[in-house]
This record gives sequence, C-alpha cells and structure tokens, in this order.
Amino acid sequence: MSILLNKDTTFIVQGITGREAINLTRECLDYGSKIVGGVTPGRKGREVHGVPVFDTVAQAVENHGGQIDGSVVTVPPGFTKDAVIEAIANGIKLLVIVTERIPRGDVAEMVEFADMHDARIIGPNCLGLIVPDVCKMGGIGGPARDAAKSYEPGAVGVMSRSGGMTTEISSSLTAAGLGVSTAVSIGGDAIIGSTYAELMPYFEADEQTRAIVIYTEPGGRMEAQLAEWKKEHDSRLPIVAFMAGKFMDDEEMQGMSFGHAGTIVEGKEDSANEKIKRLEEAGITVVERIDEIPDAVKERIEA
Amino acid sequence: MSAPKSLESVFIDVRIAEPAASDVELAKTLEEVCPVSIFKATDSGSEIVSGQLDECVLCNLCIEAAPDGAVTIVKKYEQ
Amino acid sequence: MRFYEYEARKIVELAGIPVTKYGFCQTADEARKVAEDIGGPTVIKSQVLTGGRMKAGGVQFADTPEEAAEHAADILELEINGLEPVGVLVDPKAEIKQEYYAGVVWDGTAKKPLMLFSDMGGIDIEQVAEEHPEHVGRGHISNLLPVGDFEAKQVIAATGVTGSRLNRATPVLAKLARLFRDNDMLLAEINPLAELTDGTFVALDAHMEMEDEAVGRQKKLLRKDLGIAEDDTRDNYVPSRFEKNVKAIDAADHRGVIQGKDHGFSGNLGLVIGAGGGSLTLTDAVRSQGGKPANYSEIGGNPSVAKACGLAKEVLQKDGVEKIAVMMSIVSNTRVDIVARGVIKACLELEKDPAETIAIFRIPGAWEDEGAKILDHYGVEYCDRTVSLWDAAGRAVAKIQGASA
Repeated sequence: MSILLNKDTTFIVQGITGREAINLTRECLDYGSKIVGGVTPGRKGREVHGVPVFDTVAQAVENHGGQIDGSVVTVPPGFTKDAVIEAIANGIKLLVIVTERIPRGDVAEMVEFADMHDARIIGPNCLGLIVPDVCKMGGIGGPARDAAKSYEPGAVGVMSRSGGMTTEISSSLTAAGLGVSTAVSIGGDAIIGSTYAELMPYFEADEQTRAIVIYTEPGGRMEAQLAEWKKEHDSRLPIVAFMAGKFMDDEEMQGMSFGHAGTIVEGKEDSANEKIKRLEEAGITVVERIDEIPDAVKERIEA
Repeated sequence: MSAPKSLESVFIDVRIAEPAASDVELAKTLEEVCPVSIFKATDSGSEIVSGQLDECVLCNLCIEAAPDGAVTIVKKYEQ
Repeated sequence: MRFYEYEARKIVELAGIPVTKYGFCQTADEARKVAEDIGGPTVIKSQVLTGGRMKAGGVQFADTPEEAAEHAADILELEINGLEPVGVLVDPKAEIKQEYYAGVVWDGTAKKPLMLFSDMGGIDIEQVAEEHPEHVGRGHISNLLPVGDFEAKQVIAATGVTGSRLNRATPVLAKLARLFRDNDMLLAEINPLAELTDGTFVALDAHMEMEDEAVGRQKKLLRKDLGIAEDDTRDNYVPSRFEKNVKAIDAADHRGVIQGKDHGFSGNLGLVIGAGGGSLTLTDAVRSQGGKPANYSEIGGNPSVAKACGLAKEVLQKDGVEKIAVMMSIVSNTRVDIVARGVIKACLELEKDPAETIAIFRIPGAWEDEGAKILDHYGVEYCDRTVSLWDAAGRAVAKIQGASA
C-alpha cells in the first residue's frame, strides 16, 4: 500500500517541453509511472519521450478517454495559478507544483480552489512524491537508477520541506533496512498545499506505514499544527523529527532566510528551538543529528 | 585583490582528426550539437574553444555526430 | 519589500482610507513650509526602515513652523540603529478621542489572510492579544471571493465597538483587507487608527510590507505611484563583498544556482555546500561539532564548472579561510563530477594543493563514479552516501582543527 499514488495512477506534465520537465518526464517513465500526456500551449502535436503534447488539459483528458488522476506543474511562476486551476477544472485531483517563487496570494488562491473541488496540492517549490518500486511523480530521487538506490519499499512515511533531504533521509532508512512506504517532498514555501498534519490521515490509513519521519526547518507554524494534530488524534504512528537550521536562532541571523523562502522567522514561535520544544511536548521524538533518524525510528517501532 | 590566474582545460581535451577537422559542414553540426559551446565553426573547419573544454558534460553528442573515430574526448584525469 | 511610513501612508490613501494632511520633506526648509500649510502644532517623524524611532529621538513635536524646521534639521542628521533617514514626515498633531488598531497578516495554517482589529491601538498588537484577548477581533478572508464589508464589521463588532464608530471603522478595515490582497502584501497595519474629536477616523501611522516574489507584478504601485527605483530593493542589511561577488557569478550564467552569505559568520572553515535543506543541516552539523564556518552557501540545479569554481574561489579568498568542506545531500540533478571539477579548478587557480585544501568532499548521487575518479587523481578522498552528513561535517572540523593545532 501507499498514499496518494498507486501503480495505476495516471498523470500529465504541464509545461512538458521545458528543460527540467523533459528530464523529469524521462525519469518518471523509466521508473514505471504512467504519464498519459503533456501540455504546453502552442505545442500540440509534439512528443516528449513518446508522450503526446497538447495545447490544453481538456485535449489531454479527451485523448486519454477518461479521468486523469494527477498533474505535475512545471510552468513559470506567472502562469502557475492558471495552469493549476485549469487542471482542477478538468477533473484532476492531485497536483504536484514544482515551480518556485510563486507569490503566496496565488498559492492561497489555488489551495482554496482545490479545497472547493476536493483536489489536493503538493508543493509548490517541491520535488513531488514517490512510492518505492511503484510510481514516482516529479523529479524526486532523480533518474530511475538513482531513485532505486535511495528508495526501497518499507515501513516509514517521509515528509520533508526540502526535496534533497527527502532523498537523503530515505536513503538512510533504506540502508538501515527500514525502507519507505511513501515519501513526499511537501515544498519549501511559507504557504503550501499539504502540510504534515494534512497528510497524516493518509499515512494513518495506510497499513504499510508504521512510522513517520519529518524533516523540518525554522519559519511558519506547520510543526505546531502537527503537534496539535498529534495531541488531538490518538495516532498509532510514532513520529521522528529532524530540525535543520538551528544556527538561524542566533541573534545576528534574525530576519534572514536561508535555504527556502519559508524559513523566514516572523515570530518567536517560528524559531528552531521553540518548534523543537513544541514537537517534543506532543510526544514526537526530535533527533539532534541527522544520522540518528534510523535508530530512533527502530526504537519507536519496537517500543 | 589581484585577479587569480584562470586555467584552461584542466580536465578535458577534445581532438578532431583530419580530414574531419577541415570539414566545414561538420563544423556547423558540431557547433550546434554541443550543449556547452566547445566547437566553433569557421571558414576552414572546426575550432576548439579552449575556455569551454572543462564544461564538457560527456554527452558524446559530438562523437555521434562525427564520422567514427574523428572526435575524441580525453579525460586528462584518467591519464 | 519594506516601505517607509510616508509610502505606507500613500498606499493607504490610494486605497481610499482617510489620512491626515501629511508632507514628506528632505530639508528643514521643506518641513517649515509643510508646517506653515498645516497651520498648527505638528509632529516631525524620521523616515527610516527600523523600529524604535520614538525612543531614539526620531519623533518630535513642534508648535510653530520654525520649531518644526529645527526638529527636522536634527532628525535628518540622526542615525537610528545605524541607518540614516531618507527624510522626515511632517504631520498635523491630531486631536485624538481614541486609538484603534487595524491590520491584515497571513495565516499560514489557514492559508488565508487574517484581519485583526483592536480598540486598544497605539501599542504592539501582540501585547494586546496576550494581555487583553477580548479586545482583539479576528477574521479570515477568502482568496477567491470579494471581501465584504460585513466581514470587517464582524471583526470590529467582536471587540465590543458599536454605534457610529462601528460604521465608520468598518470601511477602513475592509479597504485595508482589499489593498492587502490587491498589492500582494505580507503585512498591512494601521496603528494607530485614530478616532478624532470630530468623530472621523484617520490613519495616523501605517506599516506595509510586500512579498518580494510579487515585486515584478506590482510595478504600477512601486514605480508609478510611489516612484521607487528598480534597484532600491530595501535589503535588511548591506551585502558584503563576498555576497556581492557570489551574486554576480550566479547572475552571469543561467546554469544552476549558487548562493553565498557570510553575514554573521567569521570562522576559518569555508563551506561549499548544498542544496537548500542540506546546507542548513550541514551548517548546524559543523557548528555542533565545534567547527567555525566562514560562510553559508548553497549549490543547486546543476551549475556549470565555472560557477562551482567561482563559488569555491570566493570562499577560499575570504580572510582566515584555510580549507573548504565540499558537502551536499544526495544529488539527483546537480552532478558530482561537475562540482568536483569546479572545486579542484578553484584550488589550482589559486595555486593551492586540492588534497590539502579540500578538507572533505561528500556528495553522493548523479555521476558519482566519475566524480570519484577526478578526486582520486588529485589525491582528494571521495565520500559517498555511507558517510552521513553529520560525520562528513565532523571529519571536516577534525581536519581543520588538526591543521591549525
């Protein structure tokens, strides 16, 4: 089992003729994902690695002859909102937004529209999600051969605000023999489609998942939200968290952002140390060192 | 600060054998296929832009575009 | 992007919210003229992008135009928190009946803007929320639907405000919410929002911040209405030479992204690291193990050899840097061999021995076998994914401490 994706999941790539999109299309196809079309306005009739390109999402849906499950959106920031709403308006329920630097008003608009249509957005500013050996949607893990090295099927659900760290952590879980059920790069922006707490019910319902690992950073209230969720729900899943960017708590770093746009600390609650405290109070194990994650997970699963 | 020296081709060398090197048509093809602009087409054939050599991404598109054995890529770090 | 008070007031005014008859002045003479026009007691306020103006003496009261000119002359010379003012704002001293707070901020959890209102204005809203929660009204607005006046009214009424005051404050908050959304603001505050003795409401001070990502599409407001120059980015601090140089190297070539910061760093271990999350993790790991980073950096998106080389050279040329640690979380797009070429070339061009200068090279992932071959040729040990980010950082720290001991 897995969350959000399975072996039959079909998706399109919006902005498929861009340089990065061509790469991720190749990677996903090699991994076994079912890409049923691509959209770049004005490029109808072309093919990208054998995937037909259309001018509109509606054409892609018509060509497929039925509902398409998802879309990977890789269009420039000024066009993303329209592309996402186009996809949702055409019945697509799972959106992975790769694009960076989208103003948060646009993100909030997309999320509200998605909520009204029972659709789910992952990202923006993310690498997508992967179910080991089954399907990958987005650039996560890189080329199929590299992704296979880092991701083996297993017991741990991974959620991370950093795309690269999703793979780094998953690789250590794979090396430790724990493996990964589903890994989600949730995105590095201040406002994202799916937060840790919003994805928890999916993992909760997935029998294969026996523990959760989150990678987190300063900025925002996403961790407080997870802590609250954990307290309110009698979850069967132990959670292990790693907090990066503790150096940002230093006085001379105030008001600066590092790594991702979302790391800007806007209030005292957003700082690394405050977040660690809050997570621990909710019974979440926060490891000091990145290499302690696999052992902490084993301990929590066996307890 | 004094400008530090700038080195050309520390890692990669590209060689074109004759007569391919003087082939004006091939020169244009090589210039087009190389993603990092190592080849420059001139009236007398291909020229190597030495400042770009280290940017070679080992894609082999130049080798495939030229007659067998005409273009060789030398990895200096393997010698 | 942050705004000076006189700009924030202009933004409020453009949205149809009443303001006092204020004037922005850059000389004492101008201040005198504005005070004459106002024709009564005035307030002279420093226009500077930092808090604590009142405490620092950047806000003064004047009874006559001459006094206003004198205060303006003083304030124009007064540095506050190391910043020089760009001018002064001359404002009529208002006859205030009561002060209120009106604000709009982002609520990241609800993913919607949040309206805030309090009948206890003039002080920090966070303090009011903590000490007098019943005096703070809150309400989210939709990102899709138009903002209704009734939504603002509900928020204000929740604080107990009623009668004509409620009806007069309502359009102010509603307009503030609309301008927040229309102008891609991160923060829009009127504090205090004053009810004058004649019963009218005016914005006495305003605080605005626009999201940097939206600056490109807010040209009309920024360039035309406010006259802010394109290169006036209002950074929090003046970038260092290192930061400027790295930015220039990054801008010169579209392949990949490099970033470098050294604000707040002064150690001897140069960091050539990536990507976003990896850099945060590695910087912590170096510091936790007693290392002193000379900088922060990020490599991502598969940069060219020249770009990787440029970053490494800038790091190596920083004062006090003896060695560099080249480390990244597992890469899938950026290539190990390209980064290896870049950092080795940086050493060679600076006439340093790569084997001595590169304290560690830990980048697993795409093209790692090729990268290992290059490093081996120059005597640099290659570390793959079996060496954790923590251990890689630890090894780099041990090497540099061994070297300087």
